Amino acid sequence: MSEPVSGESGAPVGPGPPSVELTSVYKDYGTTRAVDGVSLQVQQGEFLTLLGPSGCGKTTTLRMIGGFEFPTAGSVAINGEIMGNRPPYRRPVNTVFQNYALFPHMTVGQNVGYGLEMAGVPKTERQRRVGEALELVRLPQVEHRKPAQLSGGQQQRIALARALINRPQVLLLDEPLGALDLKLRKAMQLELKGLNREVGITFVYVTHDQDEALTMSDRIAVMNAGKILQLGDPREIYEHPRSRFVADFIGETNMLSGALERIEGEIATIAISGVGEIRVPAGRDRTSAISGELADVIIRPERMTLHHLADLLEERDGENRLDGAIADAIYLGTHTQYLVRFADGQTATVHVQNSGGREDDFMVGDPASVGFPIESAALLDER
Amino acid sequence: MSTPTAIAKPPRDWSAWALGFASLLIYAFLYLPIIVVVLYSFSATKVNAWPIQGYTLDWYRELRGDTEIRNAIGLSVRLGLVAALSSLVLGTLGALALDRYRFPFKPGIRFLIVLPITLPGIVTGIALLAFFSLTDRPLAQWTIQLFGLSFPIPLIVAHITFSITLVLSTVAARLFQLPSSLGEASADLGATPWRTFRRVTLPLIFPAMLSGAILAFTLSFDEVVVSLFLKGRDNTLPLLIWGRLRLGLSPEINAAATVITAVSLVGIVTSTVLLGRTFRSGGPGNE
Repeated sequence: MSEPVSGESGAPVGPGPPSVELTSVYKDYGTTRAVDGVSLQVQQGEFLTLLGPSGCGKTTTLRMIGGFEFPTAGSVAINGEIMGNRPPYRRPVNTVFQNYALFPHMTVGQNVGYGLEMAGVPKTERQRRVGEALELVRLPQVEHRKPAQLSGGQQQRIALARALINRPQVLLLDEPLGALDLKLRKAMQLELKGLNREVGITFVYVTHDQDEALTMSDRIAVMNAGKILQLGDPREIYEHPRSRFVADFIGETNMLSGALERIEGEIATIAISGVGEIRVPAGRDRTSAISGELADVIIRPERMTLHHLADLLEERDGENRLDGAIADAIYLGTHTQYLVRFADGQTATVHVQNSGGREDDFMVGDPASVGFPIESAALLDER
Repeated sequence: MSTPTAIAKPPRDWSAWALGFASLLIYAFLYLPIIVVVLYSFSATKVNAWPIQGYTLDWYRELRGDTEIRNAIGLSVRLGLVAALSSLVLGTLGALALDRYRFPFKPGIRFLIVLPITLPGIVTGIALLAFFSLTDRPLAQWTIQLFGLSFPIPLIVAHITFSITLVLSTVAARLFQLPSSLGEASADLGATPWRTFRRVTLPLIFPAMLSGAILAFTLSFDEVVVSLFLKGRDNTLPLLIWGRLRLGLSPEINAAATVITAVSLVGIVTSTVLLGRTFRSGGPGNE
């Protein structure tokens, strides 16, 4: 498989039509708009995650790809073919449901072989492929058991085997790990990602868990109120959130507000009155920006460093420094979390790795200087 | 006890005994009369008297020889089977419609289907009697002959009205309990709606259907009030017993009553076991 090339929109461009393409998809339930103009292209073999809080429209979007719901407006295409009102049983996709939806009256083998049976595959071949599918999810010994006799994690894998046996073009996964405990969830995340690479099937994954999204995805679409707020690879979403919502939803974040002073080339300078100036990458074209306009800057706590005021001399190019005082300190084992308050009342959370020595510790009330590299800050597009 | 400290025993004083005794009284109140009837049906004397002097199966032999009673049992069985089978189909279809589709006045329609079982039998009886009186045909002529057996239409209609409710309620409860994702998963795996119904929905609701139908048969088998209004030429077993009671209690009546009790008991136990098994297995989450 060739490495997909990054296109203009950040979407990897593969050969042929996109695996899944949504074009201005809307879904209304009565007067409620569940999905509000979603457009999205998923490439062959890609692992794309729809991430958002409950009620953001991510599951509805997935269900429209699966054919369980039909768009009020817009179109869904799979492998370049417009699906229209085609029912689920005529779409080249399979789904892993949130509660697994294993048929309780059938054995594991019958469950896994169900898709083949519906496709009219002869019994001997069916048995062989059921065996292979169970092998793939590493549960070959449970074929003759009933789903109720399996643990949650095992049921999850059987649901996966059942969905994969038909060799769908696209696999849809609706929060499939939601019911598992943390340890099992972590293990399954890696397994799912591995499976995606191994079988080369496009995965569209729905979750509200940001860690899960960051761990597995090639790209993440962050959704809220029926819209895709930002679409990009995990690093981009994490490091350069374009809105407050995305920044808040993914990981801990600091936001500092100030007035836009000037833009020089790629760097914007923002003045925080009474505190100082910070420089951040301007991001997209901001020629229309007005000087003095309010601006919000996002910085992740672990990208910030904490210094004694005396260290100011060390200030380097390419780094921002803001002076404040320690308002709170919480020891968290691997790191200490400091809350720094600036002169204008704004605060920042800073994570400092614990080295074991105590000489670097700050006490509550100590004056301190917060530093962060220019490129670690992101200017929000919208307020 | 490994701990040296004294552990307070759970209170097992008079209140527990009182509760047990009260429960016993209630069960006795409910079941003693039935037990007595069953015992009398084996009594060797012609008059119901206590204590029972000796035991015999004569009354059951007499029952078998009594063509009137045999005909009545035959009619009751036919009536029960027709009512149960009709409501099996209609009730299941109704439950599926209520479960799957959204349509106007759904709660109202649901209520109307469940209503007949809550209506006093006397009301159903009068209503149906009034309905059949609209035609100029006497009730007795509403009987159809098939394969040499009689099928009284008014009674069949009356029994179906409450039987549907039983099947519909049990099947609807089962459908409600099944996650909708099962049907979706089946469709997702390539099954047409018909195949989904046959391979997934039907096997999962079948015990509930059967349970409802058996219950319907049982209730139909000993129904008196509605049947009293709508009976045509022939008597059902309970109606025949009712009629004979005017001549006084006889051991043969006790035997007939015992037969009804036995049928009811078997029906209700089967139905309950089926239902219990259904609801224990394959609930949401499949634990």
